[in-house]
Amino acid sequence: MAGSRRPVVVGGNRTPFARAGGAYAHVSNLDLLTAALDGLVARFGLAGERLGEVAAGAVLKHTRDFNLTREAVLGSALSNETPAYDVQMACATGMETIASIADKIRLGRLDVGVAGGVDSASDAPIVVTEQLRAALLDLNRAKTVQAKLAAVAKIRPSHLAPVAPDVAEPRTGLSMGEHQALTTAAWGISREEQDELALASHQRLAAAYDAGFFDDLVTPYRRLVRDANLRPDTSMEKLGALAPVFGKRLDTPATMTAGNSTPLTDGASTVLLADQSWAAERGLPALAEVVDLEAGAVDFVHGKDGLLLAPVHAVPRLLARHGMSLADFEIVEIHEAFAATVLATLKAWEDPDFCRDRLGRDGPLGSIDRARLNVHGSSLAAGHPFAATGGRIVATAAKELASRGSGARGLVSVCAAGGQGVVAILEAV
Amino acid sequence: MSDTYLELVNSGFTAELAKRLGLPRPARLRRFRAGDQLVPGPVLVLADGAAGADADALAATLLDRDLDVRRRPDGDHRWGAVVVVLTGVTGPADLSGPALDLAGVLKKLAHGARVVTVSRAAAEATDPAAAAARQGVDGLLRSLAKELRGGATGNGLVLADGTAVTSPSALGALEFLLSAKSAFVDGQLLTVQGTGGHPPADPDRPLDGQVALVTGAARGIGAAIARTLARDGARLLLVDVPAAGDGLAAVANETRGTALQLDLTSPDAPQRLVEHVRSRFGHLDVVVHNAGITRDKLLANMTPDRWDSVLAVNVIAPLRVTEALLDAGVLGEAPRVVCLASTSGIAGNRGQTNYAASKAGVIGMVRAQAPVLASAGGTVNAVAPGFIETEMTARIPALTRQVARRLNSLQQGGLPTDVAEAIAFLASPQAGGISGQVLRVCGQNMVGA
Repeated sequence: MAGSRRPVVVGGNRTPFARAGGAYAHVSNLDLLTAALDGLVARFGLAGERLGEVAAGAVLKHTRDFNLTREAVLGSALSNETPAYDVQMACATGMETIASIADKIRLGRLDVGVAGGVDSASDAPIVVTEQLRAALLDLNRAKTVQAKLAAVAKIRPSHLAPVAPDVAEPRTGLSMGEHQALTTAAWGISREEQDELALASHQRLAAAYDAGFFDDLVTPYRRLVRDANLRPDTSMEKLGALAPVFGKRLDTPATMTAGNSTPLTDGASTVLLADQSWAAERGLPALAEVVDLEAGAVDFVHGKDGLLLAPVHAVPRLLARHGMSLADFEIVEIHEAFAATVLATLKAWEDPDFCRDRLGRDGPLGSIDRARLNVHGSSLAAGHPFAATGGRIVATAAKELASRGSGARGLVSVCAAGGQGVVAILEAV
Repeated sequence: MSDTYLELVNSGFTAELAKRLGLPRPARLRRFRAGDQLVPGPVLVLADGAAGADADALAATLLDRDLDVRRRPDGDHRWGAVVVVLTGVTGPADLSGPALDLAGVLKKLAHGARVVTVSRAAAEATDPAAAAARQGVDGLLRSLAKELRGGATGNGLVLADGTAVTSPSALGALEFLLSAKSAFVDGQLLTVQGTGGHPPADPDRPLDGQVALVTGAARGIGAAIARTLARDGARLLLVDVPAAGDGLAAVANETRGTALQLDLTSPDAPQRLVEHVRSRFGHLDVVVHNAGITRDKLLANMTPDRWDSVLAVNVIAPLRVTEALLDAGVLGEAPRVVCLASTSGIAGNRGQTNYAASKAGVIGMVRAQAPVLASAGGTVNAVAPGFIETEMTARIPALTRQVARRLNSLQQGGLPTDVAEAIAFLASPQAGGISGQVLRVCGQNMVGA
């Protein structure tokens, strides 16, 4: 990992995020990713250029989109000679593309690349029932009329109902929200704490838009200029009036509402990563170095950890590798899958017993001042198009770090389905 | 945005019908295509009795461009252009000879022909008779332009005393006025008062290697300016408000430029722009203040937001940006600043007090900035479009739009590219002797000067 090569975030671009069924209801993953890519190309004057690689992905993906990222490159203003590949790691997809491109830059295999992600809950593939799928495959294989009739005869009316996509964990059958509800209850996180976090997210995101902070991070798309989920005028009263939606079958009071959980969202994000010298030669900015990343996973299947708490374990490992503590970071970005996810993560790091028993530490990992946490809002306000969230957070954090001056460090944490997560350290150049 | 009437009177049965009914028949204008001849036929160079040397010099430069140049109005030609050199007139009687020579060839002009007068500035003549003759050219030219048909235009070059007819800007302006690039410039007199500027190294890419800023570049005239400057070789920094960012990105990628989403009316915008220029480009050679808005209302019904927003975008932002760029020292060695004015700012327009105030303001600004830019080795000019076919004018009610289109000598609206070509000329290295001027691109609109 030595040498003079430093992968830096040059900048980012994303579409405004729309609520599912909203502004992008009839827009595909490919359209969204191409738009985000084109905005990035325009921002940095890269039209017609051949870049090292573009890595991106989507969580909800049609089979026809097997080469989604390459197709987006072909449809974009980049040179058609730019290679591209798809990555899929649930909500950590964006983070994993950043890891992949940054590592290759550090190794010297690339000078410049784009990382990103896209998701459209509106454009989700509709899946047919398993029985209908089996019958249709049999029908396809049947050679005689009799065999064909036999295959068709197996189909029952009940098989014809489409199976809507959901975000349930295959091994537990629980939705992500119900999994988080278990964690929320286990850590005793109150409704008020969650609503406060959600309120701060909306207020900070709105303030950042008003200050022009996103002028060079977001490009409008389909008449949407800001994130559709953003509610600048929300309040504790409004958030407090919402009925709980998750954890209603638990013994403890249900606290998770539509206001303190992220909605299904459509959108795409991209991040331009380059070796520092590549950026310097072109007069392009070097906002922050991608210092290192760490992936984590937990055994949520047996209830050992909450589904979304992999970063709780990954962060201490990453810090240890660099001899750092939580106090070394000017800003901390924890993806707000649910307000309670962030709060459970913070409580775990502050809890001496948990840190001793589960993280093998002498004392707590530490606490994070709320003034340093998600300083320009996060997913509760912006929305969360699964694979696009990593790119959104990293580009936002890198710009904020650059404004704080050389050496300013940021910690990024993104949890994901399947009990996984990817965390990263960024440092202003 | 298409002009159906223009199509009808230029094709098939409806063309014949329009002719018989004596309806106005706007011509399809000759527009620039790479590789086309500068003019659509031989060039006739006429002169007053004392301008022989100037006429010879101009004829020689045109010959150097491989044009068929004639000095006598003889022969059976479809003239591509007539250049009338009147730099020697000392009294009104001197106009007679060249004017009547010109009269003899007017019925033999090619489609899209050009008539260009070259004369001296009346204001500089101390002798009343000379001043009368020089000013006379003005009336001759403007009336002639209204007489020409078939897409032909008439324009004049007015040279300050001491500016030779072969000075870089005089030749550059002559070429622009002869070319298809001036398709919608008609009845205009453009003053050249300096010997600055130089011919481009590559005539096909006069802005090669230069960095150009275009504001309001997401669509319409701004997008056309971007495309034209890119064609001429410029590296582009394109700016528009964040809300227009998707259109801006598309234009930037098409022109291989760079998009910057920035509201130029925000307090810190000039400084953010300066920092962006410094870090990404180092300097700017060309600045085109194109961003503009309309918020039409009769003054009696005017609201503060309508008045203030129009002034803020159209004139206050260009003032602040130019000042910031000058103060920061990020302009190149021979900067060219071009601002968008409007014929509304010259002649006024009902319902546009705010817009006209802002656009007249631009004209005042340009005149006052000319000496400032001169000390920085540069120029600043305004281009004043008339009725241009854009999304903005497409929103005018249909009947009003039809009337507005026909109210000029070319009987049609101009295209965004027509405005862009005028800007590209004023931005070129050759236009260094033209500053503080307002060039109208209006097809000689009947209203205004």
